[in-house]
Amino acid sequence: MSAHTSPAFGSPAALAWRALRQDRLAVCGLAFLALLTIIALLGAACTNFVPAFDPTTVRLTDKLLPPFAYASDLVASDDLPALGQYFLGTDELGRDVFSRMLQGAVVSLSIGFVAVGISMIVGIFFGAVAGYFGELSWLGLSLDTVLMRFTDAMLCFPTFFLILTVVALLPASIYNIMIVIGLTSWMGTARFVRAEVLSLKDRDFVIAAHATGLSSWRIVTAHLLPNAMAPVLVSATVGVASAILTESALSFLGFGVQPPDATWGNILADGKTFIFDAPWLFFVPGVAILLVVLAFNLVGEGLREALDPRRAER
Amino acid sequence: MLSWLLRNVFERLILLVIVSIMAHAVVHLAPGEPSEVDPTNPRMKAEDVARIRAAFHLDDPVHVQYAYWIRDLATGELRSFKDGQPVLAKIFDRFLNSLPLFAVATLLVWTLSFPTGIHAAIRRGSVFDRGSTFVAYALISVPGFFLAYLIIMFVVNQLGAPVIGMRTFGTEQASVWFQIMDRIWHLTIPACLSALGGIAILSRYVRAQMLEVIGQDYVRTARAKGLGEEQVVYKHALRNALLPFVTMFGLLLPGMIGGSVIFEQIFAWPGIGRLGYDAILARDFPVILTVNLIAAVLTLAGTFLSDLLYAWADPRIRLA
Repeated sequence: MSAHTSPAFGSPAALAWRALRQDRLAVCGLAFLALLTIIALLGAACTNFVPAFDPTTVRLTDKLLPPFAYASDLVASDDLPALGQYFLGTDELGRDVFSRMLQGAVVSLSIGFVAVGISMIVGIFFGAVAGYFGELSWLGLSLDTVLMRFTDAMLCFPTFFLILTVVALLPASIYNIMIVIGLTSWMGTARFVRAEVLSLKDRDFVIAAHATGLSSWRIVTAHLLPNAMAPVLVSATVGVASAILTESALSFLGFGVQPPDATWGNILADGKTFIFDAPWLFFVPGVAILLVVLAFNLVGEGLREALDPRRAER
Repeated sequence: MLSWLLRNVFERLILLVIVSIMAHAVVHLAPGEPSEVDPTNPRMKAEDVARIRAAFHLDDPVHVQYAYWIRDLATGELRSFKDGQPVLAKIFDRFLNSLPLFAVATLLVWTLSFPTGIHAAIRRGSVFDRGSTFVAYALISVPGFFLAYLIIMFVVNQLGAPVIGMRTFGTEQASVWFQIMDRIWHLTIPACLSALGGIAILSRYVRAQMLEVIGQDYVRTARAKGLGEEQVVYKHALRNALLPFVTMFGLLLPGMIGGSVIFEQIFAWPGIGRLGYDAILARDFPVILTVNLIAAVLTLAGTFLSDLLYAWADPRIRLA
């Protein structure tokens, strides 16, 4: 991609942004995610405050209606869906799938973001401490050894099986799932943040920062970590995708977010029972998850290319 | 070389001890116990619960329970809480069931990823490249069980063939040949499904790696010498691109346990993933812990193997 017509100058972020815009798939993914975030936020407001969008309204007269079906006359006027129509059909209790998907959008996305947030915080903290303060030692064991052996030990666990074990033993709640997914996925981040910090900490600019009397904390946060942000950003983006997939897999096995909270994962897992009678209950959440995860993966890949320091050479 | 080997094995053993302690702590400190699986059962009296707890050493301090677990595991006396069967024999039975699934899936992944990745890299930007990239992303992004249900629906509706389980029910009287073919058919779909994700990921790696190598000076030199495209790609580029994959080979081993829970559950395949899942449901601590430990052993063995393979394949690396 050396055929840039515009001269390559500006801040690294601006350069990366320019490179990202060249990647059509990543731009599509980004636009889709932006749209989805808006829909999810609007949806959260609607499902909470507008009765027509209430995802918990049960209408036993309108069970398993296909998408775009109109509400029957038997439904009380308070319980009517928006415009009297079920855009994505109804489920086995006559709940509006569209409203449930709207509610699930916020929950699914926040599971992804919170889990990744936790994993990034833990990973960056461990990586930075092991990299910068690794030489501190206690009883002959350096801090670096202790932290990295712990990371290695965590990597030895089969991740999904570990998540399953812990989630099954803990009381089921959205927060536990977020925390467990977050706490089992920080190891990669810790490793590359450590590597980056190690490679930078003896450079001249760090020594200069030391000489000006900056505290270690400030050197790490202001001078070292920003340089390690590119891979963190990429792995965070891809991490959101895999957290959403993990949640849906947990839902499938019955350990996901429990009703009445709807996530796309548990709508999909519930929908599998009606796969022949009411396929929309299965396809709507399935395709939605596919699209969101795909968008996150495409953006992540786009970022990886855009932030690659060797990109200019190609 | 020998000191390197010894030191590595020693380091990995220590890591294994840490892993076993962590696994034991997680399982025992989390709420939920075998005696509480069925709290509504009216026939469970307080003294029954106390007897169960005593029999499983659940009243002892955690570190004593850890010692019991390791002792029983080492002597082969470790028994499942659920049915009193020896844990190792149980796991080995299930391992034999998982093995063909794993072997076929791995074979598919490694034979299909390379041609796809290499072809996409050589014709970068072509329809094939963009198409395979997009399909790969779709496969990585689809929830595994969603795809599995779609394929099951398709096969059952269109071909009318049974797909669940390890063999068709009621074929015990059929000829040996029929039974063999039946087993192979039942293996095909779950194996293909578990391979799909792997193919998507590995073919992306192959493509990236090939692109990396194709831009190198020695490939340009090979072209400049006037070598044929075939020779440039397969002799000069591919051989150098292969190096990282040697190490990935060792990392395959642990995939046998972690990756199989969902597919074994869907296809009612009595493998090791399902054993673990059932053990989790039943709070069968010895089985959960031992499956975890075996996964850790496989991971460590895998990284060890990949270190060795790397040193063997790359003459620049010396084990010292």
